[in-house]
Amino acid sequence: MSTTTTRGVAQPAPAKVSKDRPRRGLRGSSTFNFWLFTGPFLIGLIIFVFVPIGWSIYLSFFEARFTVTPSEFVGFENYRLILTDADFRGSLVTFTVFAAFIVPATWALSLGLALLVNRLTFMRAFFRSVFFIPTAVSYVAASLIWKMSIFNGVRFGLANTVIGWFGVENIAWLSNPDPPWYWLVIVTVRLWLQSGFYMILFIAALQNIPRELYEAAAIDGAKPGRQTFWYITLPQLRATSTAVILLLLVAAYQAFDEFFNLLAKATWGQPPLVELYKMALGENQNYGAGSAGAVVLTMLICVVTLLQGKIMGFGRGEESK
Amino acid sequence: VTTTAPEVGKTKPVTAKPARTRRGGVMGSTGLYIATAIAALLFLIPFYLIVRNSLMTDPEITGENWKWFPTSIQWGNLTEPFEDTTVDFARSMWNSVVVAVLHTVGILLVCSLAGYGLARIPYKHANKVFYAVLATLMVPTAVTFVPSFVLVSSLGWVDSYRGLIIPGLFSGFTCFLFRQYFLGFPKELEEAARVDGLGYWGAYWRVVVPNSLNFFAAIATITFINGWNAFLWPLVIGQDPSAWTVQVALSSYMTNQTVNYHLIFAATAISILPLLFVFLFLQRWLVQGIAQTGIKG
Repeated sequence: MSTTTTRGVAQPAPAKVSKDRPRRGLRGSSTFNFWLFTGPFLIGLIIFVFVPIGWSIYLSFFEARFTVTPSEFVGFENYRLILTDADFRGSLVTFTVFAAFIVPATWALSLGLALLVNRLTFMRAFFRSVFFIPTAVSYVAASLIWKMSIFNGVRFGLANTVIGWFGVENIAWLSNPDPPWYWLVIVTVRLWLQSGFYMILFIAALQNIPRELYEAAAIDGAKPGRQTFWYITLPQLRATSTAVILLLLVAAYQAFDEFFNLLAKATWGQPPLVELYKMALGENQNYGAGSAGAVVLTMLICVVTLLQGKIMGFGRGEESK
Repeated sequence: VTTTAPEVGKTKPVTAKPARTRRGGVMGSTGLYIATAIAALLFLIPFYLIVRNSLMTDPEITGENWKWFPTSIQWGNLTEPFEDTTVDFARSMWNSVVVAVLHTVGILLVCSLAGYGLARIPYKHANKVFYAVLATLMVPTAVTFVPSFVLVSSLGWVDSYRGLIIPGLFSGFTCFLFRQYFLGFPKELEEAARVDGLGYWGAYWRVVVPNSLNFFAAIATITFINGWNAFLWPLVIGQDPSAWTVQVALSSYMTNQTVNYHLIFAATAISILPLLFVFLFLQRWLVQGIAQTGIKG
């Protein structure tokens, strides 16, 4: 590498002869340079992305327990096992419920925060930072705070202390699925962690809305506030909103950290990735079934992403005309 | 004044209108600040709890009555995680530093080079290569952790830095972001460098990179935060406690038999501290990077 650079420096003389690209030799050829730049990345991509995907498709047709080398061809047995597995199907239900809560809630909260911060005239950077800073905290640390301090089931947890002031009995937030208070814990921890991030996206989008739209609306007699929000702000944010919803859905689909840590010993509220983790790395170490599960989940997310892109893509096209 | 015209139809407030608007403005902005301040307080509660719990004694934390502040600040709590024998916290912090730094450096190097190659170097199959990269964006890496683990364990990389770092370096998304960025990079600068006799490689390092430091800083900040906070992959790879990152160590506190509240929260505080520094000093790039790229934090 260093030799190429020094040669590059020591070679200013023929510059006017070779002008630019069509220099002879390996170093000047653009094909060579293309592979020089992209080669390391592509080799890694093949080894660590394409090969594992291919291998897991292969493995999903074999019996492979406690070992990653397939032992016996079993056809679709792993798929049958996983699709009839109550836990695995339950995890898809868990994901659906989770997404139904977290996607609209994060969308609304991050948009609300963006609207608030965007209207501030002083201390704006301060408040933006306050809402944004939880982005730096890991899901594990946040789960720990939520589980050990805020939603601790005993009397000294913050939530139980607060409801205690109003004479309400302690609630076992996480250790009792009936009523399912654990959803409150799961949803609020993620809301706290990711709303600031999406708020930044919405602030950027809000600042891109042309002021003239609001001025024109004012001339036409629209009242600032509710009317301009519904008829100008919201439609103008449509592209950002769809992108945010898609990102939120994909993120919810991959939820693992907070479920794993908050509901460590629970049998309820287990999302797909936690089930997959248990299957492949739990007591049974069933890599065959785990691989089949990974294939199923990957296909599901591809379908959802494609559908979403299609539907939303059309919508966006209409909107921007 | 122009707004009064349509108001005429609404009988009541015509005369009071200008005064109302002004008062509404002041009231509106007071209300706005109150609402924002309440939301901000709610957002700060978890940080307050970390500080409170990490500087209190356990009897105070678990006491009958809620205490907002420690009676006497227990600074000694902050060194306790390093002396604790059940979890090697110091080791896990060090592992996280190594993993997050090398993860960031590696991603920047590998993905920026590839992004530049795809954006700027003419090659007849470049489009096909680009589509192969795009295809990987459809498959989230988290979903493929089982097959990746299968591969990494057959390479014998379990419990090693290699296993923790290398498989995560080939991010199709980061490569894609760099490509988009380089497509918008002013061509004239590179052409000038090429006229001066630099090849692609020389032009890249001497002209393109030095003129793109803002973008690199934005990607680096986000990548570092993600590397530090990653949990699923380190959990899968770190089977032996000596290979735990700080996130895995924190997680293990939650399932321990004995719960030492002050120690656990002191450890949490220490694990968050490096990121808060990164965050406060690099927030400008972070915000800019997110606004430009929409990267997931």
